[in-house]
Amino acid sequence: MTTPGEPPTDQRAAAVEVRSVSRVFGSGRQAGPVVALDEVDLTVAAGEFVSLIGPSGCGKSTLLRLVADLDTPTAGSITVFGRSPEQARLAHDYGIAFQQAGLLPWRTVRANVELPLGLHGTGRAERRARAEHLLELVGLADFADHFPDQLSGGMQQRVAIARAFAEEPSLLLMDEPFGALDEMTRERLQVELTRICAQTRAAVVFVTHSIPEAVFLSDRVVVMSARPGRIQQVVDVRLGAGAAREDTLRQDGAYFDAVTEVRAALHGGEPARVVGVENR
Amino acid sequence: MTATMIRWSRALRLPDAALGLLGLLGLALLWELYKALGPADGWSIGGTRVLPRTTDLAMPHTWDVLIRLGEPLTAAPGAPPLWVAVAQASLFSLGIALAGWAIGVVVGFALAVLMARVRVAENAVLPLVVLSQTVPLIALAPVVRSWGSRIQVAGVTWEAWMSVAVIASYLAFFPVAVGALRGLQSPETLHTELMRAYGTGWWTTLVRLRLPASVPYVLPALRLAAANAVVGTVVAEVSTGLPGGVGRMILEFANFASSDPARPWAPLMGAVALGLLVAGLVGALGLPLARYRRTEVPA
Repeated sequence: MTTPGEPPTDQRAAAVEVRSVSRVFGSGRQAGPVVALDEVDLTVAAGEFVSLIGPSGCGKSTLLRLVADLDTPTAGSITVFGRSPEQARLAHDYGIAFQQAGLLPWRTVRANVELPLGLHGTGRAERRARAEHLLELVGLADFADHFPDQLSGGMQQRVAIARAFAEEPSLLLMDEPFGALDEMTRERLQVELTRICAQTRAAVVFVTHSIPEAVFLSDRVVVMSARPGRIQQVVDVRLGAGAAREDTLRQDGAYFDAVTEVRAALHGGEPARVVGVENR
Repeated sequence: MTATMIRWSRALRLPDAALGLLGLLGLALLWELYKALGPADGWSIGGTRVLPRTTDLAMPHTWDVLIRLGEPLTAAPGAPPLWVAVAQASLFSLGIALAGWAIGVVVGFALAVLMARVRVAENAVLPLVVLSQTVPLIALAPVVRSWGSRIQVAGVTWEAWMSVAVIASYLAFFPVAVGALRGLQSPETLHTELMRAYGTGWWTTLVRLRLPASVPYVLPALRLAAANAVVGTVVAEVSTGLPGGVGRMILEFANFASSDPARPWAPLMGAVALGLLVAGLVGALGLPLARYRRTEVPA
């Protein structure tokens, strides 16, 4: 997938490197500039699962959007596998999933999963095989020919996750992908996600505002504070590193300890206030 | 109202076509009801007639019109039945209307894509598009005809029917331009950002996302354009004086209002049938596009 002239993907490089990045919205015309991110540093190693957690307006979604090159930083630099976010985006280095599934309603489940492959010129047979495999992975093999409006919200989200994995990216960006789901579906999908990640060895940047979710999924939890958006603390979790997690982990003592630690970090900063700007 | 009728038709298991026929029958019934009960001289307020006269001259019986359709056009020997003459004229107009519709759809879509592509174009062109519809067709017809008559490209001479098609397209492009623009702009930020994340360019995004998303907006616009093209054709036939079509026939047959009262109604029915036929054809276009009318249920 590498075109000449671009720096090649460096597999030894960190998946994501964020160096003193700031993002300021609204240059003066309105009530004054809003500092969404202020001098943020973060490194995500290849294959590492990192969650961003924090109150609304702490800039966690903004940070994810900057890495995805859906937005540009006001200051600082970001690299994805050693290249600029734009190069990474054009080279299809990452897969992405949002809070809404965002499936194309006129495409079948299969065709939705095949979409990124088709856009990048993968052959028909290979596309089909990939989609088949991924749908099996998310447990929707029987629904390949259904349309999105025939699926429940949780199923749609699973299709979106399958789509994010379609190109076997070594980096996955997820912006509250389970945010709109009920608790039971959510926990089941969390287990599925850790299983798929363990299989594909992809690095994940995962935005959430659920403490249990962050702890259950992550190797490291990045706790952020709002106004200005800063990294408050980074909590090492690493429950059964690298391996797929099971639901029994949720009763584990280490799990509860980590939850407590993240909660303390969240409340240790400035008391959570209601803030106006939320960027999803 | 419509919803109620649809529910009725479902309850009675009537196909849509039967429902349409029922509507026509209802209209005929209304006509006859007014003719039977309305005052013979109509009803006037201060010299202005607000309700028509109900004499056989002004309002022939529906069945008289139908019977007249089966009779010869003129008393001359060998004259074709009236319905054949009307059908021929309608088919002639149908061809022109379809040509006008096609031109209008292409131009309207091209404008919509341009406006969707360039923000400046939307601000500059959209007011002109709206303005264009305020120019009276009657004023436009002679201009188009005189310009057209001067065009002669590579042995193709401009024919009178082409002027009519152009005028019809002038009415047809408007709903397409507005509807398609709305449709092309309909994808959510979520979807456009997804396409951006896939590193796709504007044209690929147009083909894979914006065009499919525009279908639910474009189909009704195409229907409106079809109706407009028929109206435009009939009016332009009259104002450019093009013989052979149903528009000119309406004008000619109006002279027979007193001697042959059922005859002027025949080309009107032809025009109505023409409109229904064109709308039906365009409606059929939507059948293979059914999947594009699905909507995603929010998670």
